[in-house]
Order: sequence, then structure tokens, then C-alpha cells
Amino acid sequence: MPFHTLFTIFVVVIAFCFFAGQRRALKLKSDGSSLHSLPFYHGTWLIIVGVLPALIILLVWSLVESSIIRSVILSELPANLMLVSPAEKSLLFSEIANLSNGQILSPNAEQLAPLSNRYTLLESLSGQLKLGLALIISVIGFGLGWLRLKPDFRARNRFESTVRIILMSCASLAVLTTVGIVFSVLFEAMRFFDTVSIFDFIFGTHWSPQIAIREGQVGSSGSFGAVPLFVGTMLISAVAMIVAVPIGLMSAIYLSEYASPKFRAFAKPLLEVLAGVPTVVYGFFAAITVAPMLRDFGEALGLSVSSESALAAGLVMGVMIIPFVSSLSDDVINAVPQSLRDGSFGLGATQSETIRRVIIPAALPGIVGAILLAVSRAIGETMIVVMAAGLSANLTINPLETVTTVTVQIVTLLVGDQEFDSPKTLAAFALGLMLFVTTLCLNVVALYVVRRYREQYD
Amino acid sequence: MVDTKSSSPTSSDPRDYRNTVGKIEVPNTKMSMRDVDVFYGDKQAVFGVDLDIAKNEVIAMIGPSGCGKSTFLRCMNRMNDTIEGCVVSGSLKLDDQDIYDPKLDVVPLRARVGMVFQKPNPFPKSIYDNVAYGPQIHGLASSRVELDEIVENSLRKAGLWNEAKDRLDQPGTGLSGGQQQRLCIARTIAVSPEVILMDEPCSALDPIATARIEELIDELSANFTIAIVTHSMQQAARVSHRTAYFHLGYLVEIGATDDIFTNPRHRLTEDYITGRFG
Amino acid sequence: MSRSTIDIVNRNLAKRYAKEKRFRLFGLLSILAGLTALCFLLVTIVSNGWGAFTQSYIQLTLDLDPETLSITDPLDNDQWSYANYTAVIKKSLRERFPDIKSRKDKKRLYRIISPGAGYQVNQLMHDRSLLGQTVTIWLPADDDVDSVIKGHIDRNRPENERRVSDKTLALIDELVNSDQLQRKFNNVFFSAGDSSEPEQAGIKGAMLGSFFTLIVALLLSFPIGIAAAIYLEEFAPKNKWTDFIEVNINNLAAVPSIVFGLLGLAVFLNWFGLPRSVPLVGGIVLTLMTLPTIIISSRVALKSVPPSIREAALGLGASKMQTIFDHVLPLALPGMLTGGIIGMAQALGETAPLLMIGMVAFIVDIPGSFTDPATVLPVQIFLWSDSPERAFVERTSGAIMVLLMFLILMNSIAVLLRKRFERRW
Repeated sequence: MPFHTLFTIFVVVIAFCFFAGQRRALKLKSDGSSLHSLPFYHGTWLIIVGVLPALIILLVWSLVESSIIRSVILSELPANLMLVSPAEKSLLFSEIANLSNGQILSPNAEQLAPLSNRYTLLESLSGQLKLGLALIISVIGFGLGWLRLKPDFRARNRFESTVRIILMSCASLAVLTTVGIVFSVLFEAMRFFDTVSIFDFIFGTHWSPQIAIREGQVGSSGSFGAVPLFVGTMLISAVAMIVAVPIGLMSAIYLSEYASPKFRAFAKPLLEVLAGVPTVVYGFFAAITVAPMLRDFGEALGLSVSSESALAAGLVMGVMIIPFVSSLSDDVINAVPQSLRDGSFGLGATQSETIRRVIIPAALPGIVGAILLAVSRAIGETMIVVMAAGLSANLTINPLETVTTVTVQIVTLLVGDQEFDSPKTLAAFALGLMLFVTTLCLNVVALYVVRRYREQYD
Repeated sequence: MVDTKSSSPTSSDPRDYRNTVGKIEVPNTKMSMRDVDVFYGDKQAVFGVDLDIAKNEVIAMIGPSGCGKSTFLRCMNRMNDTIEGCVVSGSLKLDDQDIYDPKLDVVPLRARVGMVFQKPNPFPKSIYDNVAYGPQIHGLASSRVELDEIVENSLRKAGLWNEAKDRLDQPGTGLSGGQQQRLCIARTIAVSPEVILMDEPCSALDPIATARIEELIDELSANFTIAIVTHSMQQAARVSHRTAYFHLGYLVEIGATDDIFTNPRHRLTEDYITGRFG
Repeated sequence: MSRSTIDIVNRNLAKRYAKEKRFRLFGLLSILAGLTALCFLLVTIVSNGWGAFTQSYIQLTLDLDPETLSITDPLDNDQWSYANYTAVIKKSLRERFPDIKSRKDKKRLYRIISPGAGYQVNQLMHDRSLLGQTVTIWLPADDDVDSVIKGHIDRNRPENERRVSDKTLALIDELVNSDQLQRKFNNVFFSAGDSSEPEQAGIKGAMLGSFFTLIVALLLSFPIGIAAAIYLEEFAPKNKWTDFIEVNINNLAAVPSIVFGLLGLAVFLNWFGLPRSVPLVGGIVLTLMTLPTIIISSRVALKSVPPSIREAALGLGASKMQTIFDHVLPLALPGMLTGGIIGMAQALGETAPLLMIGMVAFIVDIPGSFTDPATVLPVQIFLWSDSPERAFVERTSGAIMVLLMFLILMNSIAVLLRKRFERRW
């Protein structure tokens, strides 16, 4: 059923429930009884019982039906096709789905025709059942709700409790998201580790993700040793940090200790702009301008600089991270109490001495936290490295050479026409797992450090 | 200035406090202030104060809250420079040298005129490093041994050595309130200042710690000139040789501590001391 | 302080002040380094992209002769679809340059017009009455010609090092001299979707894709984010579960965006079976990404409403919920709106998670709904950046300029909102 029709029906049902409830309440009132709650709430009560459960059922059913139909169809494959690899099974399923849409391209068309009919049947059956069930629940809910409409019915309380539950669910969505991320990434990564041992993955030094094309060809022709990726990620992040930390920290110091209010009002927002530029723009800039510039510059110096050097990507990434370091450091530096500065000045120290010897050491935990967060950002950055760094897994710490990173490989492995279940795709999830765990640890440590630092002064 | 030896108040009108009662000049002047005005932006906080401080004396500045005594104190080592919009005018001299002379370097000035603050503010460093900070930045010790000596001497003079000698590398912030303030005093002494300014140094401390610091002030006066701002008259009476009474930014009366407290000459002084306000 | 101590202090002063100066200078230079990098970035992009807004067009007189077009029956619509529009163009070129005889030279001649120009003639001839007429029309020049006009191709280099031969240059010069080759505003850029020919490529498809995606993201993240903020700020009891939620939100705000793409791929595409590369799914993924930011900024807005307002309402007998929805929320709304706009601006520039859910395909059609395959502007930029042609570099930079302008617009609105509704309690 087209979306517009569904939506219109939805609106009509809501309106009906509401006005029915409201009218009933008004009628009760005019009959002489005094209502606990305003008629408005009686209306909303009917919406809650009439519409909400049905809506939930519709939503859940819609989300789950495609997986269920898929498993049913796949379990009914003819015997000769039953034993193929999961990758090929997915392919077959797509063919079946396409067939039912009228696209007759598959070589197995004849064999699969009955299945595709079944598919169409199941889909329409599911759709009808879904709507039917929703309707029934809606009517039952409405009926039960109607019976409750008495003058002493605490409609407003019911309404407010429901709203409260809705609010809480929205807040819990955050937890659900994390669970979703962990679950999905972990699940797929586990499937990957069924094929490739986790030991080979974490400690292997050869990264060459070739997939098994034919059944029976074990993944030995492809190696999934991720060490070059980890090293590459670290190398580029290190270059970025070397750029961002001094510049960011000194900028923060200057802005909070030396700059006049006018200069600060002018320079601080401009530095923040660096954080607002989309990373794809940085990536383009790195690839088109910075990398060739570095290559030519290197040639002039007699060095051989790759046109996809880690240096180019790292430099641009560093520029992007400057505001992270500078903003957070600015906050912690300002949080150092004035009494410490007074104490230092009172002894006859110059401003730089006070900053270097008193303020920075006092703010150090906060600054370290800021740096950790910045490192986490650098590790997780994707577009700059996809566009400016290379694809070949080169194990080196020379920034003039080309390296690849974890995020680049995730993109490369998934952006393409391979089926979802191939080891290549799963490798991407394994990498994703590594990335998620690493950034999570960094973030947790960083936030803990910053929080402990704040407690010191509050 | 009015210099009179009569025993009755010269002006019975408490509204007239613009002229200071009592003798300003002293022999053996260490610091000499004349006609000092201090403005915070448009608001004036100190009005035409004249005051002399003698070498090795302890002078107390008392008065109700907000009367400008801390502001005046902070002029003496130019700490008011760190406050935006604060303007100081008048003549302030240390050993006949104008300390607000643009050609004068404020860094050595602050080494010569040290300050102890109201709330103890040890650096988040070890006890040793706290005391060593001043000598290190000024380059007063040419070797580690010399530095150790300076630290020990300062801690001894501040009466903290015995409690601190076994925990020199522990953080200064781990000490009790009274110990922290003595640490701050040791820190100030370590650069061998000539004058020590104390801005209500005991107001954040308990009575026992306060008593110890008052003892200390007495010992220190042998070697240093001390100006102490205090809101406790009893404290002023206990530690100082001379007392200056401030009221709404004016120096109302100045004189020997005993005289002020037994025989105040200005009506306002008398009212404050007897507790009619403040 | 003894005389000697004062001397020591004074002696060291010069060095200390020198250090002070250097330190201060270092700080200033750092800021300038950051600002210079920003300038450099913007200047490079603008200087590259400026040319994208103009395009070279060649004026030709077309003889829309049915025979050349191979249309025998003007009422047969199929014939119109398959008519030989390119032949008309070629004929016109031959007539314009009658001296060109050899096959090779003719081929070179035909190449000065964009290969997609035939489609434009097709569009023109939707007006069937033009059949048999002669019309003068401006057709887009090939991107090589455009590059010459814009000065990207160095005419001084020897011929074999150039993309464009001397003979083609001669053609170009002649057309320029007779005012038949001009640079005009490139409205193809804003009215067309993606194409493999740079002169036919536009960002309309990407812009609409971004638009639909952002609408979905806004419609989902704003209500859910505000609801979550209200719950956490006003209702949540101080227990472990609430702490856990807050920890989660703070963590999610710092998770790399590509991980959200993985989530979208695994859960929405694979498990729920939603279609690939559509604004609906893109919007859902972006919602999950911006939700933490919106929740955090909405909480700040709620916190800034003074307790006295709440107390006043409660004192009048309002329930807690009525207090919040009738009194607190309206006051906090501007702040929440500001946070929401900033969140959307961030979402507009996101690329990586959308790559994961399939928005990498070469999509020519302009999306018309939330479930049509689409791409978004940053992804379009990414895809174009792979093309080596100079003309694509130009258009990529132009697209970046459009993207940046939208971001500036959104952020300015947010700042204006904040200033306008800033209250001093």
C-alpha cells in the first residue's frame, strides 16, 4: 500500500479516536458528573489505546518480515542448491527476489520460478496479515479504552505516564544504538574469525584481501594480517598529532593568556571554523593540492615522496584536529584558578614562566585528556585518508611513503559489488570492531582523566 | 595631615575623615606612599592615602570590609597591574625609588616585595618545588646544594621544617590549611624579599594555626618589613607595632598600635574599635 | 634582599624576557599558522571552483530537417525518441566550417561539441512544431574546449604534450573571433544530475538527495533528541540506569562516523532489508549520529531555564509534565533549535557512513522521493574527485563551494537565532 494512503488512514484514525474520546467526556460532563481530567485527556487516552499498540505491531512486523521471509525461502531451496556457500545463497535469494519483480536474468530462472512465486505470495500474505492484525488490535484497544471512560477516570495521569514512558524510550535509544553497534559489529566480526583466526588477524603482517571465488577455495590465497593497517593508522595519526598538538596548545595558551579580548573574539571563532569544514573537503584539498605540492617539494630536495604520502594525509588531518586540541585546552587552562597565577606573579615570575611552570603543569591532566580525544578522532577519520592515502598495505614508518589505514580498508572492502557474506565484507566488520574498541577505550580514559582533573578544582 | 598631641578627638564630626589623623612620617623609611588614588574603571577605591612604612616594623591595616585596605596593599608590589582597568596614581617609593616608574622592571620589584594571600595557594607541586620555585626562576642558586640550603632555610624560618623535612617531595596541597599558609610564607621568604605584604593571611585558618602564624610574624619582623591587612583588631593588636585605620578608601588614623587601641583620636576609629560597626 | 641578590636577579632578567618574547611569539605564530592553513584551503578551493559556474557554449544554426533526423512519420513517438539529433549537429558544424574535408579533421571538428549535446536538441524538439525549421542554439562545448577557454591548457607547450591539437585550437579561435564561442552561466551545473561528461554534470541530484536525507534526519532526530533530553533532565531518577544512558550518549558522541555506517549496513540494510542508497536509510543513520549532539545541546538549553519558572508553575498547581511542556520547553526551544541546526549542518557534511549504506553508485536520475536511489552532495564530491579531468576538478571545487555556502548559511542562522533569543536571566 502506498505511503500516502497509509499516512492518511493513520491521521484519520487518530482524529477519530481523539474526538470520540473528547465527545464522550463532554457528554459525561453535561450529564452532571464532574470529570477528574479535562476532556482533552480522554481523547488522548483513546489514541493511546487505539493507535499506539497497533503502530508498534506494524513497525516491528515490517522490520522483521524481510528476514523471516528470506529464511523461509532459503530453507525451501531445491536439494541441489541447498549446500552452497552462504555467499552463493545470498546471490540466489537476490535472483529469486528479482524474478518476482519481473526481471528474468538468472540462469536458474526455471528452477527458481516456483520459489519466486512463493516469495510473492509470502510478501503479500505478510502485508495483509500485518494490516489485519493492526486493525484488530486497534479496534480491541479502542473498545477496551471506551469502557474505561468514566467521570472518575484519571485520564490525565494515564496520558502523562505514557508520555513519560515515551520520553524514557527515546533516551534509551542511545543505549539501543550502542547495543546495536556492538551487536552487529561483533556478530559479523565473529563470523569473520570463524574463517580467519583472530591471531593471524591481529598479528599478521600481510594484508591482501582476496576472496574465495569458488566453493572449496579456502581463503589461503588472501591474507588478512592487519598489522600494516594498524601501523599505517598510527603513522598518519602521529603526523597529525605532531601538527595539531603544538599549534593547538600554543594557540590556546596565547588566546587565553596573552590575547586582547578583541583579538580573542576574532581569532577563536575562526579557528573553530577549521572544525566545521567537512572532511571530504579536506580530503580533496589533500589529494589535489597538498600531496602534489609535497611531492614536488620532495623532488626538489632530492627525496622521493609518494603522491599518496602519509605526510600529506597526516598534515591535513592535523590541521583539522587543531581546533579540538585548542578548544579543549582553552577550557582547562581557563579552569586553573586565578589564585595560582597570583601566587606566581607575586613571586616575580614573568608570564611565560607562570604558564610554563605553574599553569600547564596544573592543567596537564585536562590537556592530556584533550589530546587523547584528538587521537581518537584522528584514528577514526575516514574521508581524508580515503582520498589522500593509499590502498596498498605497506608496512613502514616512513611518512614519505604511502600507507593505508583501517578506515580506508573498511571503505574499500565494503564499497563494491560483493555480496554481504563474503569474507572480504566480514573482514571490514572485524576492522570496524578493532576501531570501535580502540576509540571507546581512548574516549573512556580521556573523559575519566578530564573528570578527575575537574574534581581537583571544584 | 594634622599632627596634634591633644588627647581629645580633633574633629568630633565622623563625617570628616578625609584628613588623616596621626603622624605619617617615620624614621628609617622603607616604603613611602603619598597621595595614592586607585580606580577600578570609573569607581574610585582608594582616596589620596599617605603612608610611610619603617624598616623592620610590622604595620597593620584595619578597617571594615571593602574599605580599600587590600587594594592599597596590592599597590605596593604592583599586583594591581594584573587587574584589567585598575589605575593607580600617586607616588609609591621603595627605598626612595619610584616603583611605578615605567622604566622600573616589575619582576625584580616583586622579588623584593613579596606577598602572602588570604587563601593559601600552594602550587600543585611538591613542597620542595613550591619553595624552590622563586629561587629557580630568578636564578638565585647556582647548584642543587645551594638550592637545598635555600629551601631548608626558608622552611625553618617559616616554622615548617620539622613537619616537612621528611616529606619534601610530597604535594604541597596535601598539607593542612595552616601548614599550607606557612608553606606559602616559606615560598615568599625563599627569594629573600625586603618587604612582605600579607593580605588577611589567617582569615581562612583555625585559631591554632592562626596563633602559629602570628608567632611567625613576630619572628620574621627581625629580618623583614611586614605590612599586614587584617579584619581582626585583636590580631592587629597582637602582632603590629603601628596600625593604620582605613574607612571607605580613606586613611583615617595612623599611630602606634597601643595608642590606637587604647586612645583612638578619631571618632570613627573609636567607633570601629569599640564595635559600633564593622 | 641583599645587594648581591638584586644583582643576580637583574642579571638574569634579559634572558628571561627574551624567553618571554619567544614564547609569546610562538603562541601568535601558532594561531597564524592555523588561520593561514584555513585561508590556503579556502583560496585553493575557490580559485579552482570559480570557473565551474561558467561553461563555454558554441552557437550553431541547426537545420532541423526530418531527413537528417531520420524521422519519416512525425506522429510516431518512438521515432522521435530514437531520432538522430547528433547528425543535425554534425551537419551544422560542417556547414560552419566548409573547408574541412578530411575524415580525420571532421572527427576532430565534431569533438568540439559536448557528446551530450544531442540530448539537448532532443529536449528542444519536444516542441514538435520545430520540425523542418532552422533554429540557432547555444550548445555546450566539449570539456577540452572549455579548458582551453578557461586557460587551464597551456597553449605554449608543444602539440604532442597537450590534450588539444593545434587544429582544434584554430577552430576555437575562429569561433571566438566570430562571437560564436562564449562563456555563459553554467546552469547545467544546477539543473542536471551526475554524468560521465563533465559539461553535462550537475549537482541537482546530489542536492535533492541531501535535502531529502536531511529532512528525514531532522524529522527523526529533533523530536527524539528533545524527548530524550527532557527525560534525562527533568524526569530521570538518579540511578544506575540513568548513568548508563548518559555514559552511552557521551561515548556515542565520540564514536567514528564510519562505525555508524557499519551499523546501518548490518542492521538496516541486511537485517531489516531496507533499500540501499536511499535518503530514508541515510537519514536514519545520520539521525543516530547526530542524536548525541542534539541531546547534549538540548539538555544545556533546558538547564539554562531558571528554576524559578518551574517553581512558579508548580506553585499554581500544574503537574510536572504540564510545567515542562507549557512553560520550560518554550523557553528552552530557541537553544534547542540552535543545537539542532548545528547538528544538521554537521550531518550535511558527512560522507563516510553514507558510503557504507551504498550511496556510491553512479546515479543519474534526480531523486523525487525518500525512497528513490540518491546520493548526497559530499558523496558526489567524493565521487567526482576521482576523475582526473581538469573539468571535473573544477566542478568538484564548485560543488564544494556550494556545500560550504550551505554550511555557512546554516551556521549563521544558528548564531543569529542564539543572539536573538539570548536572555539575560
